[in-house]
Amino acid sequence: MKNSKYLPLLATFVVFVLAYVICISVFPNMLSTRVAGNLLTDNAFLGITAVGMTFVILSGGIDLSVGSVIAFTGVFLSVILRDTSIHPLAAFVLVLALTTAFGAAMGGIIFFLDMPPFIVTLAGMFLARGISYLLTTESVPITHPFYSTLQDLYIRMPGGGRLTLIAMIMVAVFAFGIILAQRTRFGTYVYALGGNLTSAQLMGVPVAKTTIGIYALSGFLAGLSGIVFSLYTSAGYSLAAVGVELDAIAAVVIGGTLLTGGYGFVAGTFLGICIQGLIQTYIVFDGTLSSWWTKIVIGLLLFGFIALQRGLMWMSERSSRNMRHASASGAQPTSA
Amino acid sequence: MAVPTIVRERTPQIIVLAVILVLNAIISPGFFSIEIQNERLYGSLIDVLNRGAPVTLLAIGMTLVIATKGIDLSVGAVMAIVGAVAASLITSGYSLPATLAGALFVGLACGLWNGALVALLDIQPIIATLILMVAGRGIAQLITEGVILTFNDKPELIFVGSGSFLSLPMPVIIWIVVAILAILVVRRSALGLLIEAIGVNRRASTLSGVNSRVILLAVYAVSGLCAATAGVIAAADIKGADANNAGLWLEMDAILAVVIGGTSLLGGRFSLVGSLMGAMIIQSLNTGILLAGFPPEFNLIIKAAIILIILIVQSPASQAAMANVRANRQAVAIKSESREHAAR
Repeated sequence: MKNSKYLPLLATFVVFVLAYVICISVFPNMLSTRVAGNLLTDNAFLGITAVGMTFVILSGGIDLSVGSVIAFTGVFLSVILRDTSIHPLAAFVLVLALTTAFGAAMGGIIFFLDMPPFIVTLAGMFLARGISYLLTTESVPITHPFYSTLQDLYIRMPGGGRLTLIAMIMVAVFAFGIILAQRTRFGTYVYALGGNLTSAQLMGVPVAKTTIGIYALSGFLAGLSGIVFSLYTSAGYSLAAVGVELDAIAAVVIGGTLLTGGYGFVAGTFLGICIQGLIQTYIVFDGTLSSWWTKIVIGLLLFGFIALQRGLMWMSERSSRNMRHASASGAQPTSA
Repeated sequence: MAVPTIVRERTPQIIVLAVILVLNAIISPGFFSIEIQNERLYGSLIDVLNRGAPVTLLAIGMTLVIATKGIDLSVGAVMAIVGAVAASLITSGYSLPATLAGALFVGLACGLWNGALVALLDIQPIIATLILMVAGRGIAQLITEGVILTFNDKPELIFVGSGSFLSLPMPVIIWIVVAILAILVVRRSALGLLIEAIGVNRRASTLSGVNSRVILLAVYAVSGLCAATAGVIAAADIKGADANNAGLWLEMDAILAVVIGGTSLLGGRFSLVGSLMGAMIIQSLNTGILLAGFPPEFNLIIKAAIILIILIVQSPASQAAMANVRANRQAVAIKSESREHAAR
């Protein structure tokens, strides 16, 4: 059953292709680099934070704080750029250090107090949102000239589409995430933690370091996502990005990552983001459908993918049981 | 001195609630004064009981769910769906009993859906209920067709949210009745024990003959019903169904109330009375922050601080440390005793 590892990813890919074909057959204009470019730009902040969420979920955890951290980042940047003469790049470094430390602190609490990530990151969600409320409750515009420079950066794609800076950042983060998950020791540790915590510990995986690292990474990427969001909206608002954590989790699950941890791919999350973006684009193109259909369709997709994962796990459990029966007389089972 | 068990077990919650209430009274003199106007009790305390009704109701269902080592993230969305159903039923001319029955039925159906995913398909509770949490507000907007359905001309439904009975506001009566029913059912029968057994180890309890599937289904169904009741109250209170904001983030408040009440998130033991007190603590905090003139934004930071403190107290690591300290003390005591013996 080696292929069952890739089956959820394959299913996601098929759903994406099907969805795109349906979209194009209804609205031929959707087959253009313009639409693709916009899709990437509009979902850049979601994609970046979803990469962090993929690592958290691969390790068997969850991070509810990312939406609040995005809002905090935006508010922090807008306030600091309004009140001081600090250069935006320095402000970016500062805010990334803050959000990374915030994530690391949550990871530390999760590991050292041995508490469920759900409730720890829930506290983090309240805290980050509360701090951004304290900074300001108004929407503060960002008017720094450096911001408009960044916003005007783009690569023209064939067909007139624009690959904006923030879309490029997202694609780069996904590439970084794929390499980190598949080609580094840290990535292997993350998979090991999600597969089975006790065995990971026994095999000598540095659980404390890895757990803290995972949540620090998620905090860092949420901060980066906040920077991208502030570039996207040119403002900081403490009520922004409410519920983004749910969209990110949905993208990860639709991308074929197992919510119990241990199985999944960063690339799948990218497809998950694209599917969500397609649904929104379709609704915009249609014009008569209301935006709440997005939520309902995403809910249905979530259910479909979770049911698929359950089915696969059930099948692989059954086949490994059969194999155990078959190999009871001597031969070693070769597949888990 | 004979202290009732319930008081002894819930001492921390009682102290916290008392401290917050006293602080409230210091901030706003007359906090404890209750007066009767038009045969109805008025006062800040009554207000706390009244405003806390939705969270209290959600916390009752949530306690049972968490006791089975589960969680129900969908309750806020279910409140929105049920509010939308109730508003659309009453505005299309159905009677109050029919409306309420329809609303409760929808809540029950939502709960059974969650329960089926958890009990029959064996999906992790966080994920199973996440589906309805994401899709629920969309469904609610589908029912209200994207507008806020108002029913200003339906006094019978509005009565559920702002009427009074026996000089108490209706929401207070409703949550007290639901709470008493729930406590009687789970604690005067073996049901509570079975729920806790599933929370400790579902497999072991299934193997020892507990019908864990049916109990899990029932627990999520009860959570759905509680959310439905809260949803009707919330809609009746604002005389309309707001699909976007009804019950928004209340699932987090309900979980917080349960955790403050001393129910462990790791499942296996629960206290309904504790959760009720947890809900009241949250509501008194909200009221206190408003009375003090702080911006309501402070709420979130205070809540985060409370969660953190509870986490530290509840965490297995710190409990092990406490047990260690206690064991060390005993060991030291025994050692010094034996030394005394030897000296003699």
